[in-house]
Amino acid sequence: MEVRMRIFRFNPEKDRKPRYDVFTVEAQPTDRVLDVLEWIRGDVDGTLAFRRSCAHGVCGSDAMRINGRNYLACKVLLRDLGTTEITVEPLLGLPVMKDLIVDMQPFFEHYKSVMPYLVNDELPADGKERLQSPEERERFDDTTKCILCAACTTSCPSFWSNGQYVGPAAIVNAHRFIFDSRDQAAAERLEVLNEQFGVWRCRTAFNCTEACPREIKITQAIAEVKRAIQTGRIE
Amino acid sequence: MTQTHVFDVIIVGGGGAGLMAALNASRGAKTAVLSKLYPTRSHTGAAQGGIGAALGNLEEDHWEWHAFDTVKGSDYLGDQDAIEFMCREAVQAVYDLEHFGLPFSRMPDGRIAQRPFGGHTNNLTKKPVRRSCYAADRTGHMILQTLYQQCIKNGITFYDEFQVLDLILSDGKAAGVVAVELATGELHVFHSKAVVLATGGHGRMWEITSNAYAYTGDGVAITLRNGIPAEDMEFFQFHPTGIYKLGILITEAVRGEGGILFNGKGERFMERYAPTIKDLASRDVISRAIYLEIKEGRGVDGKDYVYLDVRPETVNKYAELDGRTRPDGTPYRVTAEEILSKIPDITDFCRTYLGVDPVKDPMPIQPTAHYAMGGIPTNKFGEVVIDGQGTVLPGLYAAGECACVSVHGANRLGTNSLVDLVVFGKYAGIKAAEYARGADLPRLPADPAGGVRRQLDNLLNGSGREKAAQIGRELRKVMSDDVGVFRTEEGLQQAVEKVRELRERYKQVRVSDGGKIFNTELLNTWELGCLLDAALVTAVSALERKESRGAHAREDYPRRDDENWLKHTLAWLNEDGSVRLDYKPVVITQYAPKERVY
Repeated sequence: MEVRMRIFRFNPEKDRKPRYDVFTVEAQPTDRVLDVLEWIRGDVDGTLAFRRSCAHGVCGSDAMRINGRNYLACKVLLRDLGTTEITVEPLLGLPVMKDLIVDMQPFFEHYKSVMPYLVNDELPADGKERLQSPEERERFDDTTKCILCAACTTSCPSFWSNGQYVGPAAIVNAHRFIFDSRDQAAAERLEVLNEQFGVWRCRTAFNCTEACPREIKITQAIAEVKRAIQTGRIE
Repeated sequence: MTQTHVFDVIIVGGGGAGLMAALNASRGAKTAVLSKLYPTRSHTGAAQGGIGAALGNLEEDHWEWHAFDTVKGSDYLGDQDAIEFMCREAVQAVYDLEHFGLPFSRMPDGRIAQRPFGGHTNNLTKKPVRRSCYAADRTGHMILQTLYQQCIKNGITFYDEFQVLDLILSDGKAAGVVAVELATGELHVFHSKAVVLATGGHGRMWEITSNAYAYTGDGVAITLRNGIPAEDMEFFQFHPTGIYKLGILITEAVRGEGGILFNGKGERFMERYAPTIKDLASRDVISRAIYLEIKEGRGVDGKDYVYLDVRPETVNKYAELDGRTRPDGTPYRVTAEEILSKIPDITDFCRTYLGVDPVKDPMPIQPTAHYAMGGIPTNKFGEVVIDGQGTVLPGLYAAGECACVSVHGANRLGTNSLVDLVVFGKYAGIKAAEYARGADLPRLPADPAGGVRRQLDNLLNGSGREKAAQIGRELRKVMSDDVGVFRTEEGLQQAVEKVRELRERYKQVRVSDGGKIFNTELLNTWELGCLLDAALVTAVSALERKESRGAHAREDYPRRDDENWLKHTLAWLNEDGSVRLDYKPVVITQYAPKERVY
């Protein structure tokens, strides 16, 4: 099949403003969008810049906007797009550094602000594992899937309007610890998320849940965090 | 202007081994991690099935059994002192990970759940043992996330998206590294007392591969260019179950949960190749079996793939035939729901890339390039060893897939990559910090970044008669055709010549992007150079080894030859492109080499 790929281009060393380049490519319906980008960079235009690594949806490098929606380029097959006209653009809400590459630093700063690590210095006397029932483990299973690709946060209208909002990915990672029976810092995390740019900036647009390549029920996780703040209980 | 930074310990690579090293080194030394990716993008995150450790949570198990299985899996090429050390340490390593917060899957009584995995056995009954500790089918993801979380907690210094291009040696000691900052294109010198290389593997030199784009052998190539040998490069693991054409890994845990391999005639062919352990035989054994089935026309529809079937009706039928039971003695039976809960990511891969539902349809699979057993030679403390006599290069350490301790020998057992990176990452970090405490900062050579600047200038100013993408394609083709699951003298000879030709043609490449900011073309082209160097050493080492052992299967020398080849290869890459080989003995403690039967 022949696809027409319109790609956002911006090189701050040369360009005053962005433009779109169009590449017409002969491809297979089962090719990933990433395969087409690789081919363009390797054989047509070496200056095209984008990030990628694992190429199968687990490393989170290649989140980008494809026909107006956030995806991992390695998880979208051409046949699944329903059109041969494909527009590829960088994530919204983070500064563009070159072409499809955005500055991830603000995203990771928000992530770090919610204490995304287990807090519990008490170790079992026998030095072995802490016990956790399968049900307790299941309670936060969904939010352990996050790969920090930023597809959710950069699809969120509240984040677009104010980049100081911690955003869905940070809340997902807070959730992963707040609801972990082994953790002891839920109250501190809930305090962080109860602040001005915390969880209340979420207007339940559901964009994040739709954008998540790991199919995490993000809006639900955010709602559970909101409820924990309101009730003071972790359920 | 090249910036210079000073640290006690520099760690290159932000995957599992690098982060473990960082957590341990930073307790006693000023440490920084340099990673060409954001650390959470590292390939550790792709590991699925589990980390092996003889916790014995579900049934009797002992680290000594784990050690024996690893020795046998290595086809007796693994160094037994290092294997014993690793398997003993594995138990504490898993508890450490749990204490760090890793969300392992759990048993009803709250302890860590364990599942069977290829080549891991009860040494008395020879039957599969539940040794793999897992977090669903994303154990590597959980290890990577957990270690990164701990690094944040401990305030580790990171230089994200800094690609290391050279090692600095001074008076025979490590003195730092040279890196390029991707966002600016500026070169930085990191001047340090110790350097830990944790750069991962080099599986991108093959066409069908489970490996990330980032797996370009940077660490091996950099050390080779600095006169340090590479060990056992002819041993590269082809995982039996990659998604057809894409190479994406389908974890062995699918077979651990009862999945069965079928050829195009619907036969469970592993019965013929490994009568006792069948579909849970070691990876090299199964990859060869699949290759032979396909070669003899028994691929599905005459094509080059077979089926992996984990539909509940199949699992239950064969569990009954095999008499498989649960730990409480009841017959092993599963539902589609149970299978889906154990392998959610695999289900997602199948739906996304194949349009197939694994509990309703069998998965088309073929062997995929997966893991480098060979690499930078080290001892069990992660110290880099530069000859056959065990001479250590002071201040230089390596851990994880880029290193060759050797604990995997000729073939790695499933789950042992994660054991390796946690255990040896830890010790490399501890040892590097200890060394740094007792060492002065080495003097920097004049213009330490000069060599890197010349390399990059050559790529930017080449004649342009050759294209990097084309050289990459030809490299992957020749490595797949001639340095794959089965090898011959003629094929390997051809491969050596072809790779030499490609290395010459590479000198004519010209990078079209002359910019500084995120010049990904320049860095991908530089990485291709690393792959070419690693490929040459791989092919030459394979050509010379005239026996079959583990993952190195020679059609013309089908038997293992302990008399002549029970030894590790050491390969030096000379500046003129020639490769010098030497050998060193395998360390044998208590397991005398025997024939390897599953």
